[in-house]
Amino acid sequence: MTTFPTRITESGAAVISPTGRITMVTAPQLRADLYALVDGGNTRVVVDFGAVEFIDSSGLSALISGLKHARLAGGDLRISAPNHQVTTILEATTLSRVVGIHETPEAAFPDHV
Amino acid sequence: MWFAGENAESEWFEVLGEVTADTMKHRLPRLESGTYPSVWSRLLIVAVGVLGLNYIVWRWFHSVNWLVWWIAVPLVLAETYSVIDSMLFQTTMWRRLRRAPPPPPPEGATADIFITTFNEPVEMVMATAEAAQRVSYPHSTWILDDGDRDELAAAATQCGVGYLTRSAHWEDKPRHAKAGNLNNALYQTEGEYILVLDADQVPEPQILDRTLGYFRDPEMALVQTPQYFHNVPFSDPLGSQAPLFYGPIQQGKDGWNAAYFCGTNAVLRREALMQLGIRGYVAAVEEGVRRALYLADKMLKSARREASASRQEVIDALDKVRTAVHDARREIRENRSLADITYEFQRRVDEAARVVVDADVSSMTADLNVIASLGEGREPFEAMMLFDDDALQTMAQRDWSPLGALRSIRAMMDAVDVDRPDEALPTLPMATFSVTEDMATSMQLHASGWKSAYHDEILAQGLAPDDVRTMLAQRLRWAQGTVQVMLRENPLLQRGLSIGQRLMYWATMWSYLAGFAAVAYIAAPAVYLIFGVIPVKAYSWDFFGRLVPFLLLNQFMFMIFSRGRPTWRGQQYSLALFPVWIKACYSAFMNVAFDRPLGFLVTSKVRQGREGIPWRLVKWQLFAMVFLVLASVIGIVQLYFGRAVSVLGVGVNVFWVIVDLIVLSVVFQAIRYRGHGEDESATEEER
Repeated sequence: MTTFPTRITESGAAVISPTGRITMVTAPQLRADLYALVDGGNTRVVVDFGAVEFIDSSGLSALISGLKHARLAGGDLRISAPNHQVTTILEATTLSRVVGIHETPEAAFPDHV
Repeated sequence: MWFAGENAESEWFEVLGEVTADTMKHRLPRLESGTYPSVWSRLLIVAVGVLGLNYIVWRWFHSVNWLVWWIAVPLVLAETYSVIDSMLFQTTMWRRLRRAPPPPPPEGATADIFITTFNEPVEMVMATAEAAQRVSYPHSTWILDDGDRDELAAAATQCGVGYLTRSAHWEDKPRHAKAGNLNNALYQTEGEYILVLDADQVPEPQILDRTLGYFRDPEMALVQTPQYFHNVPFSDPLGSQAPLFYGPIQQGKDGWNAAYFCGTNAVLRREALMQLGIRGYVAAVEEGVRRALYLADKMLKSARREASASRQEVIDALDKVRTAVHDARREIRENRSLADITYEFQRRVDEAARVVVDADVSSMTADLNVIASLGEGREPFEAMMLFDDDALQTMAQRDWSPLGALRSIRAMMDAVDVDRPDEALPTLPMATFSVTEDMATSMQLHASGWKSAYHDEILAQGLAPDDVRTMLAQRLRWAQGTVQVMLRENPLLQRGLSIGQRLMYWATMWSYLAGFAAVAYIAAPAVYLIFGVIPVKAYSWDFFGRLVPFLLLNQFMFMIFSRGRPTWRGQQYSLALFPVWIKACYSAFMNVAFDRPLGFLVTSKVRQGREGIPWRLVKWQLFAMVFLVLASVIGIVQLYFGRAVSVLGVGVNVFWVIVDLIVLSVVFQAIRYRGHGEDESATEEER
């Protein structure tokens, strides 16, 4: 079981929706959740930032870990609906060059495999 | 005495006649509060600048004796170097920021103290650790032991200090010396702010209370405080103290938001470092993808040659993938998202491969096995091999079967995409490409928009090298590191830095080119005295009328800005260590251009063995001095017999020789120095 709520989109991608602040305290949970999803066979993962207020570098590290894990399993990790703060830090760290950012979870993986 | 303990405080409040930075802001006080130079100081800077330019322009256009270009050109180049050096100093002083005391620490700020050690004596490390425990602001103290010593671990546990060594991830990976040590600790601790101390730097209890306040500015990433050595006599024979640098120069850089990290006695914001690590990760991934595409292109070329006789659909598939490679490379140049580029690329490779999917499976497997074997027992397709030029050559030279090539390209892209198996940690917060990780890291911090502050108050005291050999090794290392950064990441070309920041980093690097200028300054008077060759057209009124006022006013400016801090020793060493600077420039260049090792040594804080006077260490300086004295004798003898060009010429050049000799003579003090606490008479007896 994951800490944060998850669901599966029509195209078969897993959506995980963390809430609040992703910091040193919550980042390990997010990382564990991402690993659990990928290991459970959901290699296409969307992290839905719709309910995330704030993310720091620990949160970003968790995303990188998850991204690595998903890609090594043949899938991908993408991001949807980041707020202004999240977008700013993704751009400041240039991480937006590596992780795809989409407006909605559905838009992240529009097609079936 | 310059040291800031008592002194700096009163200086901070000295606002009279100075321009304040707090220009009539009614609501929030600006965080960079303090004072900038007065109008008079700035007029002085302008005057020196104008005189310097006036002199050097005239030198180039009207006074170079081109007939003897072999000495005239080096001399005028050296003089140009010095005028530019002076102008960089002027630019630094223009915005010298003397900060007002910072506000109290941010509410609830958490802090760690890192004490980095490799081979220093356990007692020394523990003395620092105990002082760190006495720091009054709540914090955790950690010893970062890169030497992995049980004895130190036991001592740390006994006095309740955290003890960290490299985690298992680091086995068989590049260790990156001190930068790696800090990176490793960043992953095992959690304080928001980190005070970094070298093993010998004993902190004052108030060090965190006095510095954390600057971090109320959410963009502040670094607060640097001075390095001060308590084992150095007032005369400072080895030039260990850097009162001009830890003072006016860092304050000047600070005014341009370019005060930089010096490796110890500084507080860093963890979040800034971690973000830097993520940027570095993205840059490495991009580099990996770039290299993979380059390699893919080469592989496709040879596959295409081999496929010329095969079926049309195979040829079509290869051509399609080659177009995809070219598109992807263009998109990287256009800065498009790497995720999109690699995803699209993979899709096109798959599509092309599907057409010929039934073809020659066996040759494909053979090719894959070759790639796997290049990894030598490790998992195949690790990004590592892409960074290894030998592997790259081997792969590109091999003849590829068409489909094998496609599969290989696909696998290779998968691997470099996001994984960095060549490094122990996925993200490396501290810059690891240079032996002076500190300067490189702060340059990257500034380039990504963070701020820094220089706090001019001595809050930790350390041990300087006690003998000339260690001192020389240390200077060589600093110089090599700085020149390495200059060559690898030239600040003048760094995106994200302001013009002022570029110039401030450049100024430090520029100062390490002094060795070449010194050779010209030593050679020119000697050449005149021996051969009567005069590198300037005439020792005329024009010449002295331009040069002397510049030199005098330049020294005056120096005095005004250093305000009684002893700077003479520093000036002496910047010329007298010319062999060290030249060696540093040469070895750093060979390292960057041809990957030669630097011959890097950790500076020892313990006294070296005490053999006789180590004349060999300063042989070039001794050679220069003997050469200058002989030249003077020859010149004076020629003058006596009426064969010299002019009395004035000999007079001027003998004067320069004397200046050179006074400056170089510092090495006699240096090689005879036997460490603090043993007075001169003991040294005499030992001889």
